[in-house]
Amino acid sequence: MISSSSKIILEVRNLSASVAGVGILKGINLTVRAGEVHAIMGPNGSGKSTFSKVLAGHPSYTVTGGEVIFQGKNLLELPPEERAHAGVFLAFQYPIEIPGVSNSAFLRLAYNTLHTRRGGEDLDPLEFNDYIREKSKIVEMDPSFLDRNVNEGFSGGEKKRNEILQMAVLDPTLAILDETDSGLDIDALRIVASGVNRLMTPNNAVIMVTHYQRLLNYITPDFVHVMRGGQIIKTGGKELALELETRGYDWVHA
Amino acid sequence: MSAVMQSIANHDAYLAGLLPTPTTPYEWLNTLRTGAAQRVRTLPFPTTRNEEWRFSDFSLMCKTVFAPAIATPALTLTEIAPFLLPEAANSRVVFVNGIYAAHLSSAVLPAGVVATHFSAMLTNETLRAQLARHATFQHEAFVALNTSHLQEGALIVLSKNTACATPLHLLFISTASTTPVASHPRCLVVAESGSACTFIEDYVCLPTATPSPTYFTNAVTEIVIADDATVRHTRLQRESVAAFHVGYAAVHLGRNSCYSSNSITFGARLSRHNLHITQSAEGANCTLNGLALISGRQMADTHTVMDHTQPNGNSAQLHKCIADGGAHAIFNGKIFVRKDAQHTNSTQSSRNLLLSNKGRIDTKPQLEIFADDVKCAHGATVSQLETEEMFYLNSRGLNANTARNLLIYAFAEEIIDKVPVASLKQHLSHTVSSQMGEIV
Ligand SMILES: Nc1ncnc2c1ncn2[C@@H]1O[C@H](COP(=O)(O)OP(=O)(O)O)[C@@H](O)[C@H]1O
Ligand SMILES: [Mg+2]
Repeated sequence: MISSSSKIILEVRNLSASVAGVGILKGINLTVRAGEVHAIMGPNGSGKSTFSKVLAGHPSYTVTGGEVIFQGKNLLELPPEERAHAGVFLAFQYPIEIPGVSNSAFLRLAYNTLHTRRGGEDLDPLEFNDYIREKSKIVEMDPSFLDRNVNEGFSGGEKKRNEILQMAVLDPTLAILDETDSGLDIDALRIVASGVNRLMTPNNAVIMVTHYQRLLNYITPDFVHVMRGGQIIKTGGKELALELETRGYDWVHA
Repeated sequence: MSAVMQSIANHDAYLAGLLPTPTTPYEWLNTLRTGAAQRVRTLPFPTTRNEEWRFSDFSLMCKTVFAPAIATPALTLTEIAPFLLPEAANSRVVFVNGIYAAHLSSAVLPAGVVATHFSAMLTNETLRAQLARHATFQHEAFVALNTSHLQEGALIVLSKNTACATPLHLLFISTASTTPVASHPRCLVVAESGSACTFIEDYVCLPTATPSPTYFTNAVTEIVIADDATVRHTRLQRESVAAFHVGYAAVHLGRNSCYSSNSITFGARLSRHNLHITQSAEGANCTLNGLALISGRQMADTHTVMDHTQPNGNSAQLHKCIADGGAHAIFNGKIFVRKDAQHTNSTQSSRNLLLSNKGRIDTKPQLEIFADDVKCAHGATVSQLETEEMFYLNSRGLNANTARNLLIYAFAEEIIDKVPVASLKQHLSHTVSSQMGEIV
């Protein structure tokens, strides 16, 4: 278990947000420290993806109250790309296809943009090729996927692996994984989970949004939160996930 | 009022004001030119009241008096270096303001391949048999105007069963001049049976720096593809953004022939390109790709006609327009499948990206089928950059501008990727990405 003296990475206080004029998030509180894994579970429509997108800065969602402090910075005033530069990463529930852009060119552009912002050096295509081939092993991705267009024609599982590959390349301090486990068969689930485990360090943290307990068999959470109606209504340890698995969500009350 | 001023006041007389003073040493040519000049005098200047010109208003050009080019400016190879293709180092025919430039051209070609200018060979049989036979001018004022000037142009001939591995580069350079110049470039490409070639028809401007020169290019190209022959045609219109460009290409397809066209439009203030393909024998294959990428006050209109008159023809067309700023892109693609053209397989897709709410895109696919046993599909979409795509890229650290440029680049790249000459493909990718602000 993580000692509560670890550095706080993310502090969400009383966060409310709406989309298209409708309030979705209704006062979320969450503290994430370095080295921690948080699972957010909850029924469909409870606001899990909305919360993830608000943290990453999706322009369609309006924050109507509260604050989000990320490593001492007011995250909410940054545009999405600067949140990425600061170390926030969102693995999408539904990754976007970008025809016409090869996966490797996209990854290199993202890598170079971020690493130069963080004071590193650009990699030329050859150097990047070596680098990315090595990284691909983390998610057991065949190098042929690097030459294909971003997510175009990828299966559900391949898209999710590609998200984790992007996480590996961007090396975030806080990774938010939105249902990275959904649509994966058991082998893909194992690969994705072991990829995430390999990327975990004592200095970063993961928020895993998931519907099912099964991912938590592979990535052990320090905290499990239950979201409902745009609020976190219960927080517990990993045993809470097992209880949710057998009893469903209906018994949980704020 | 001077004659010139009168012609400006009356658009219908405007084109007649651009007619040449006749006579060449060749009687057959004089007859042709006189006939064409006659049509120029009787055809009205195309206006938006004409259905075929509904969206392309060229009346702006009538405010300018264009003069024919008399002498070519002394350009050097170094000056035109940005346009040269290493693959075509010895297969290049260059014209400056419509006048053949021997010192800029270089055509050292294998036996059976001719790439040259034709004013010195107007008695040639092949030339006489084909010239002005395919691009008919009866109903096309600009084709008539081009034909009335006919005397010079580019000629490509592939002898029977000759495959030319090197791409042939026809380069038409327009230059800045004190009086705006009108040129009437002409190309004739004859691929005899069983032959194959790749050629690039390229309209450029020097200097490339601002202020952009104003001039008028009125091009006509005829491509005759005999039985079992293959022609790969890349047409690049990268004129000055103050220029007027009208082009007409007529393609004649023989039995089991193959034609592919990559038509790319970046330039001109107002441009119009007509591509008219006639499948006149059984079993021809056609692949048509088009891209117009325009911004500011540019207007680019592409009209294509694919006419399947005989059985077992295939055609696959993909046309893309990208309009930024206040630009206006137009696509009109007609596909005819005539009564005898059974077992035709034809697809057409018009995909468009509108980048600003001041821009405009009009697209009109038209399918007219008179045969009963055919497979035809067409579709058109106009979209904007999607919030979800933008957010995905932003969340990977790319700022709004880079993300936008990457998506535009990706949209254009699908067409550019089909250009069959490596250095040109690379150059075009680079043009798009630098126009978009250096992204890849
Ligand atoms: N872009 C949107 N427009 C309208 N409603 C939305 C939008 N995004 C989410 N919602 C609504 O917000 C609620 C929460 O959705 P979401 O955050 O996707 O839930 P979860 O990820 O927990 O399934 C749902 O009622 C959903 O319909
Ligand atoms: Mg969700």
